[in-house]
Amino acid sequence: MEWTFIDTWIIVVGALSAAACALLGNYLVLRRMSMMGDAISHAVLPGLAIAFLVTGSRDSLPMLVGAILIGVVTTLMIQGIDRLSGLDRGASMGVVFTTLFAVGLILIRQAADHVDLDPSCVLYGAIELTPLDTATLLGYDIPRAAITSGMMLLFNLVFVIVFFKELKITSFDPALATTMGINANVMHYVLMTLVAATTIAAFESVGSILVIAMLIVPGAAAHLITDRLGTMLAISVVFAILSAVLGHISAITVPVWFGFQDTSTAGMMALMTGLLFLLAFLFSPRYGVLSRVVNQMRLSLTIVGDDILGFLYRYQELAPADAAPVTVSEVKKALKTESGVSLMVWNLGRKGYIRQGEAGLSLTASGEEAGKGLIRSHRLWEAYLCNIMGYCDADVHRHAHQFEHFTDTGLQKQLSERTGNPDHDPHQRIIP
Amino acid sequence: MNNRRPTTLKMASILLVAMLLMVAGSMAAIAGTGHTESADDFSTELLRVFTFQDYNTRVVVVGTTLLGLAAGLIGTFLVLRKRALLSDTLSHATLPGIALAFIVMTLTTGDGKQLPALIAGAAVFSVIGTLSVLAIQRFSRLKDDAALGIVLSVYFGLGIALMGMATRMDAGNAAGLSSFIYGKTASMLFSDALLIAVTALVAAVASILFFKEFSLVCFDADYGNTQGWPVGLLDFLMMALVVLVTVIGLQAVGLILVVALLIIPAASARFWTFRLRTMLWLSGVFGALSGFFGSGVSALMANLPAGAVIVLTASLFFIVSLVFGSARGLVRISIDRMQLRRKIMNENLLRDLHEWMETASDGNAVGPEIRQLLSRRAWSPSALRRTVKRLRRQQMLHHGPSMSLRLTDVGTQSAREVVRRHRLWETYLITHADVAPGMVDLSADRIEHVLDPLLIDQLEATLADQTGGELPRSPHELVAEKGVP
Repeated sequence: MEWTFIDTWIIVVGALSAAACALLGNYLVLRRMSMMGDAISHAVLPGLAIAFLVTGSRDSLPMLVGAILIGVVTTLMIQGIDRLSGLDRGASMGVVFTTLFAVGLILIRQAADHVDLDPSCVLYGAIELTPLDTATLLGYDIPRAAITSGMMLLFNLVFVIVFFKELKITSFDPALATTMGINANVMHYVLMTLVAATTIAAFESVGSILVIAMLIVPGAAAHLITDRLGTMLAISVVFAILSAVLGHISAITVPVWFGFQDTSTAGMMALMTGLLFLLAFLFSPRYGVLSRVVNQMRLSLTIVGDDILGFLYRYQELAPADAAPVTVSEVKKALKTESGVSLMVWNLGRKGYIRQGEAGLSLTASGEEAGKGLIRSHRLWEAYLCNIMGYCDADVHRHAHQFEHFTDTGLQKQLSERTGNPDHDPHQRIIP
Repeated sequence: MNNRRPTTLKMASILLVAMLLMVAGSMAAIAGTGHTESADDFSTELLRVFTFQDYNTRVVVVGTTLLGLAAGLIGTFLVLRKRALLSDTLSHATLPGIALAFIVMTLTTGDGKQLPALIAGAAVFSVIGTLSVLAIQRFSRLKDDAALGIVLSVYFGLGIALMGMATRMDAGNAAGLSSFIYGKTASMLFSDALLIAVTALVAAVASILFFKEFSLVCFDADYGNTQGWPVGLLDFLMMALVVLVTVIGLQAVGLILVVALLIIPAASARFWTFRLRTMLWLSGVFGALSGFFGSGVSALMANLPAGAVIVLTASLFFIVSLVFGSARGLVRISIDRMQLRRKIMNENLLRDLHEWMETASDGNAVGPEIRQLLSRRAWSPSALRRTVKRLRRQQMLHHGPSMSLRLTDVGTQSAREVVRRHRLWETYLITHADVAPGMVDLSADRIEHVLDPLLIDQLEATLADQTGGELPRSPHELVAEKGVP
């Protein structure tokens, strides 16, 4: 497939509108109003249709006015039904946006007689055709859609920067915002209006249904990666742009691999936001599912390693000097576990903590040092639990066994001071 | 309450105006579809459609009516389980399944449009979609709204991409695929209607058989769990029914509007009753009527997408229910509130008069004038005058000499009741809640109107030793002239 300037423009238009959506979408995700985006993007349909019917053209300005009106009306209606009816918010949304969508479908069917307008083009956009409809700006031929989306992006960017503090406070703590003199309600309506306007600006490129993918998925993915709002905004915009680029490229390449022709760029863009979300969902360093699993495994391996060192230290402490070294299978038996023991024996050997001779395992000098630290923590904890807290039953060992793994030298010192620098633990073992 | 009333009213009026505008707009659009037939032709046409003389219309009307019934029944549980929007996600997520099934069938058999395969694909993907929502909720920090939105849009995007591939395939004819998005009510076949009939039967039987279990899951799933009910299984069964109605309804009204059929009738039925059983059959009836009239109207007028008309009919039922619903409708609520306000004003006036008589130096003293009553509490002259008029009509008070007001015997009787309630509550507050005697008058003033007789009896029994007699003494000093004279 030949890459032409058309492909470049498709990506530019897609990236601009996706970024404009993603900026606002962050706040929808944070305010737990993602489905408001869905409701509004369905509900703008009658706004569009009325603008078509009234003006008989596809000018941007009347459509924008229609969108803003319908944004406010939808928000008001959902809030009204929510408050008056005792239905839950989801049902209120469902009633309002499906009704508006039905009205929109009927109106568009009527409008289609007068204006050149294809319902499916409104619903899934026609990004492939946008580069053909150009306007001249500063002496260049630029697709009209790029200008619209670019302006929308600029506007949203300015809004988000100027009202950064207000948006942040109203999103996280509306009650606090009210006490600080920021009207949370006004911010809510402004945000919803902007969402409606952005939806309209983006409808030409991605269509009024797929726009919800652009609105919330990048923001949701960014939310999985970071806890800082500024970073989240930036990441979501990067994701939006990435999804536009990857979306178009995969739209013209992926189907070909399977023997098909190309497919809808808008659909692929939505799919790519989903893919990026999936990556964040799995691999985000902090909240990713796999990352959490890996971290847990790493922690349990560390504990197994600690237990091996502790066991070897205790063995050397008790066994006569000429006793045979311990074998790996004996360690497994003593720790009552199979998993990870061989791996950690290998790892500790690599780090130089234990020696693996023909007969079995023994601690090196540095290994003995590490084991000593662990056992000291363990016995200090036992002393603390028993002497200070008066908690002397058989469980003492079990608790100390858990605490020993995250006790550093500072805590050791404090424990020691608090227990009066004892020489022996409650089991009459020497505290090293 | 006084603060909320104006905003509620304002909200209600805005809502009504917006909805009426919308309906009017679509009516205008419907009217403008360019019908040039005479009125005579139109009424024959009307008769023809609604008496099922035309085979095709018969199939369509019966099919949509049954679909409405099924969706209304199952939608009740969906709405009560607060999962209305899950159905939206679920129906959007069917699209990739449909497209994929089409592609696979085209490649293997040459004919892609095989309904069983398409429906199976839709069902499989709606289940996958639901599982994805659950996975995102369970394993990430995102809330349910984000999970719904993500799954909805990404699966729909995948569907659009697959549809794009399908329509550009050399083999097979994908022209009818988009009917799953908008629906193709007008061209419903007998086999489609039969399928819908079976679905409706299943939905009805399941709602009757599992009525108790489903209501338990809807209202208190945790309690169900502690009682050993298989809540997870019941939940799954409920969602399976939702999936069934959705995929069967897809090609009738389209994947966006089938959601409306699930949500709107149930939401409307809720305004008429507090009983689940009534709500269930009412919702079914609303759904069936929407299907019946909606498809009838669209059969009458060309160029109207039937799915959209069906949904608008359902919305009309919703608006009517919202306003006139006998249990939670706006009119009903306003009437209730007005009656309560009147009752409160009546009782306030009665007590004021009674206390006036008590504090007057002589039992035969002249009653107060309106001017004097006005200063006793914060009410407007017109409200007080209306209350006086109302009580006179009820023979509770009469005008004494020189514009003074006096209680009649009936009025004295009612006033004693009110005063009794007031003082019992005051005494209770002082003895059991340690409220200072000077503070109790105002709190009792608010609550005395809603104390029920049972509670009064209990109060009387509890406080018998302190109040004594039929009419308790006032625990604080009564003043003849309250406020600014």
